[in-house]
Amino acid sequence: MNDIRELYQDMILDHSRSPRNYGPLDRENHSAQGHNPLCGDDVSIHIYRNSAGVIEEITFEGSGCAISTASASILTGVLKGRLEEDVRLIFSSFRKMVADDGEVPSGEGLGKLAVFSGVRQYPARIKCATLCWHTLIQALDGKMEEVSTE
Amino acid sequence: MSRRSPTGESRVPFADLAEVRSQFPCLQQQIHGKQLIYLDSAATSQKPSQVIEAVDSYYREYCSNVHRGVHTLSERATSRYEGVRPKVAVLINAPDPHSVIFTRSTTEGINLVARTIGRSRVGEGDEVLISAMEHHANIVPWQMLCEEQGAILRVIPCDENGDLILNDLGSLITDRTKVVSVGYVSNAVGTRHDVKKIISAARTRGAITLIDAAQAISHIPVDVEDLGCDFLAFSGHKMYGPTGIGVLWGRKELLDQMSPWQGGGDMIRTVSFERTTYADTPWKFEAGTPNIAGVIGLGAAVDFLNDVGFETIQEHESQLVAEAMARLDQVEGLSIIGRPSHRISVISFILDGIHPHDAGTIIDQHSVAIRAGHHCAMPLMKHFGVPATIRASFAVYNTHDEIEALTSAIESVKAVFR
Repeated sequence: MNDIRELYQDMILDHSRSPRNYGPLDRENHSAQGHNPLCGDDVSIHIYRNSAGVIEEITFEGSGCAISTASASILTGVLKGRLEEDVRLIFSSFRKMVADDGEVPSGEGLGKLAVFSGVRQYPARIKCATLCWHTLIQALDGKMEEVSTE
Repeated sequence: MSRRSPTGESRVPFADLAEVRSQFPCLQQQIHGKQLIYLDSAATSQKPSQVIEAVDSYYREYCSNVHRGVHTLSERATSRYEGVRPKVAVLINAPDPHSVIFTRSTTEGINLVARTIGRSRVGEGDEVLISAMEHHANIVPWQMLCEEQGAILRVIPCDENGDLILNDLGSLITDRTKVVSVGYVSNAVGTRHDVKKIISAARTRGAITLIDAAQAISHIPVDVEDLGCDFLAFSGHKMYGPTGIGVLWGRKELLDQMSPWQGGGDMIRTVSFERTTYADTPWKFEAGTPNIAGVIGLGAAVDFLNDVGFETIQEHESQLVAEAMARLDQVEGLSIIGRPSHRISVISFILDGIHPHDAGTIIDQHSVAIRAGHHCAMPLMKHFGVPATIRASFAVYNTHDEIEALTSAIESVKAVFR
């Protein structure tokens, strides 16, 4: 039996109860919606990216489980002020940390996002943690279709 | 309780429910270091050894195609395959074994009806009536049909208890209603609907009726004569049988009038490039090599149901559900979704401030398998104002101790989120 608290760490429970950066964004210039048809989780990501490629503001809205809500909340905090190209690198490391079958990555360089390292033990929950990330990338790519995890 | 002996001749009794449970190999295992507690039989039931062995022996001992070989193996396979039709007919009290069509699933049975007689009977401005509590399998095929034909899909509403509101059937079923298709038992909240009342109202207006019996077939005696419906669909895998096999029963005179659905081998009498003539009912609806092993396994599942007996099944399951309801009602912060007047085998609930998927993951860590989700009934979830529920469902092999394990797993979910 895995220790369930490795998945539900205090920071995750805290962000799921009190999500940060939640709500619409008046001056958004990139946004996308994501949906997980299996569980009904919904997330919208709103971004203001300046001409230098810096994500100046980022918020989210939606409803979902503790993992998906905390993932979106922590994501917005970590990515605010980052360059778009860094965001894509961070996503790549994050995805490796939660979903890669290979050696266990340390989560190094991921800062607060390392709190999701326990997700890889629960394959059914990986999509909960990554839905907001796929939606974010969709928003940055400027694609209008809704993201679906299926 | 009795069971078939290995020779298939005489039947010896099951000593007790513990012996019934011992027939299920998959239940005899540990998950996360603890004895598995399987409370997800509404998704699919576990399979007893006699079903597994029946499938196995087809592949090992008489694997061959049906309806075409003159050789001994093919004759053996054909006779075992066709031998399941009368067994199924007896199970649902159908007068004619040839009115039993083998399908892939309940879903396929409903689609078959929608695509054949549905398409010929439902025209522009006509109506198809379903209920607010249907599984997506009994919504989407009718929605597709209505879109195609310019018809209207109407819905019998349900109340806050999860009972269908049937006192206004007169205005819901009119001369324009061509099809009425409803579930017998709700997979999401466990309601046993008064389908006889719906069928009888539909018949007075000449609408054809279909009952989705997927969640009823392993729990209560299903009697098509008594129900008075035109079609009844169910799956093997929720009644202790294999996956990938289902049954559509239909009134023989309707089936005879209906065009075939899929074309191909096994459903024809003669084929030329100018004209094809079709086989009789039920074979004209079974194009292609069928799921022979699945049908044979389904036959063994019918035997299993008969061996245990519906009296035993109903008595045991209703005790389990009553005890589970009483225990869950005592859990602080737990709300049961739906309090229908007649419940079968399924209980849905939510926990205050905890998403069902988080609860499901933690409950699984306690080796208890439950379902967390919308149960393929998204309109019903919307009705109850929840995105999803936690669902515990019971079968004849479950025990009273397992209810204890469920409630203790729920307490540990609450502890994580405290």
